[in-house]
Amino acid sequence: MQALVATDIRKAFGPLEVLRGISLKADKGDVIAIIGGSGSGKSTFLRCLNLLERPDAGSLWLNGLALDFGDGDRARTIAPATKAQLRRRLGMVFQSFNLWTHMTALDNVIAGPIHVLGQDRKAAREAGMELLGKVGLADKAAAHPAQLSGGQQQRVAIARALAMRPEALLFDEPTSALDPELVGEVLQVIKALAAEGRTMILVTHEMAFARDVATHVMYFLDGRVEEEGAPDRIFTDPRSERCRSFLRKFL
Amino acid sequence: MVRASTIAWVKRMELGVLAWGDGGWGDELARGAMVTIAIASAAYVVGSVLGILFAAMKLSGSSTLRSLATAYTTAMRGMPEMLVIYIVFFGGGSLGTWIATNVLGVRGHVDLPSFAVGVVCIALSVAAYACEVIRGAVLAVPHGQIEAAQAVGMTSLQRNRLVVAPQAFRLALPGMTNVWQFTVKDTALVSIIGVTEVMRSASIASNATKQPFTFYLAALAIFIVIAYLSQRLFTRLQQSADRGVRWGA
Repeated sequence: MQALVATDIRKAFGPLEVLRGISLKADKGDVIAIIGGSGSGKSTFLRCLNLLERPDAGSLWLNGLALDFGDGDRARTIAPATKAQLRRRLGMVFQSFNLWTHMTALDNVIAGPIHVLGQDRKAAREAGMELLGKVGLADKAAAHPAQLSGGQQQRVAIARALAMRPEALLFDEPTSALDPELVGEVLQVIKALAAEGRTMILVTHEMAFARDVATHVMYFLDGRVEEEGAPDRIFTDPRSERCRSFLRKFL
Repeated sequence: MVRASTIAWVKRMELGVLAWGDGGWGDELARGAMVTIAIASAAYVVGSVLGILFAAMKLSGSSTLRSLATAYTTAMRGMPEMLVIYIVFFGGGSLGTWIATNVLGVRGHVDLPSFAVGVVCIALSVAAYACEVIRGAVLAVPHGQIEAAQAVGMTSLQRNRLVVAPQAFRLALPGMTNVWQFTVKDTALVSIIGVTEVMRSASIASNATKQPFTFYLAALAIFIVIAYLSQRLFTRLQQSADRGVRWGA
């Protein structure tokens, strides 16, 4: 069953074409890992999926919600309500956590459910505490982000995304800003989410992790999908020479 | 020589003139202090609200609003405060008289209420400075946190209310403390249109008693006490705003 489909997404920043027509299909429960060198467009593509970047062309489909960005027609506007609906239904985890620093961990988690989903405060708190427990941070509910390590902050950010009960989760290099010894705790949480059968799109540089967790791998090069397929095949027998030499750097 | 004359001067400085009631000028000075605090507080509140509006204009997508706000803050910050007071008070008075005579057909002279004019003039200048402080504070809120608010589907109003405003408040506090301190000092200027705040009270008293030094020192003391107390208040505010956000706070 299809959950998230992106078709022929294009994006240019001025004269620089960052995405030259990228399509992605995620079935429910798929974990799609996007890999590639820096500047290949993987983060921009992910940000296009929840409209933090406005695609110049292409279309998106999320469980019945369809958005058409036209064909290079930048004037075509997307209604704020549609935008908000798409974002509400997609969870996003950022490289630099982006927790709201003036709120406690728990308040970070429940702000969306209360203000966007309109849940009552008590129910949201209970659900929020449960989610913090799930990422191993029940005892940090009252802590502010400044009092948490990077790994803990990212786990709070994951709980914040989960609190919206998203239909799919987007991860933008979730461990790239972390000290090496903190990477494991975050990957563990993501792995547990994959095991629950959540639909996830994951931009990552953790190749071993991608191979372990992903159901599908896409290798981006210069704003295009250079190669994609099952992780076992991509990591052992890539067809593209560029993909092969990219992966060699990680072995 | 110097010491002798100093002692002579101190002897001449009869502190009895600072007494409360009919015998001294203490109550007049205290009333002046209250007026100073009232003008400063009112101007600060009105000016800050205007400052938020101007900052919102400067940060808006409309180039018309942006240039209007920029024109205002540039002109206002470049103009001597005294000129603003003259223009509003005397200019406003003449305009009022002209309207009374030519439009309403009433003969006579229109005087604007000097307290209100004082508050408005200082507020206009507070607005220009507060606008820049607030604008800088809003821009200093990390963009990633705004994106995170977008990503959970908050409307722009919710983003501003829940994420931007509380943090901009904290970031604007040091600058707004500064704005408060000069607001207090600016109140001295409205003495020129006859508002009896600290400076004018001191000046009236010194003329009456021929003891300028006593009364201007008393005025100095009043300003220092106001500055000290408000500094403490703002430090407290800052500490509570920083709680949890900064280490050691």
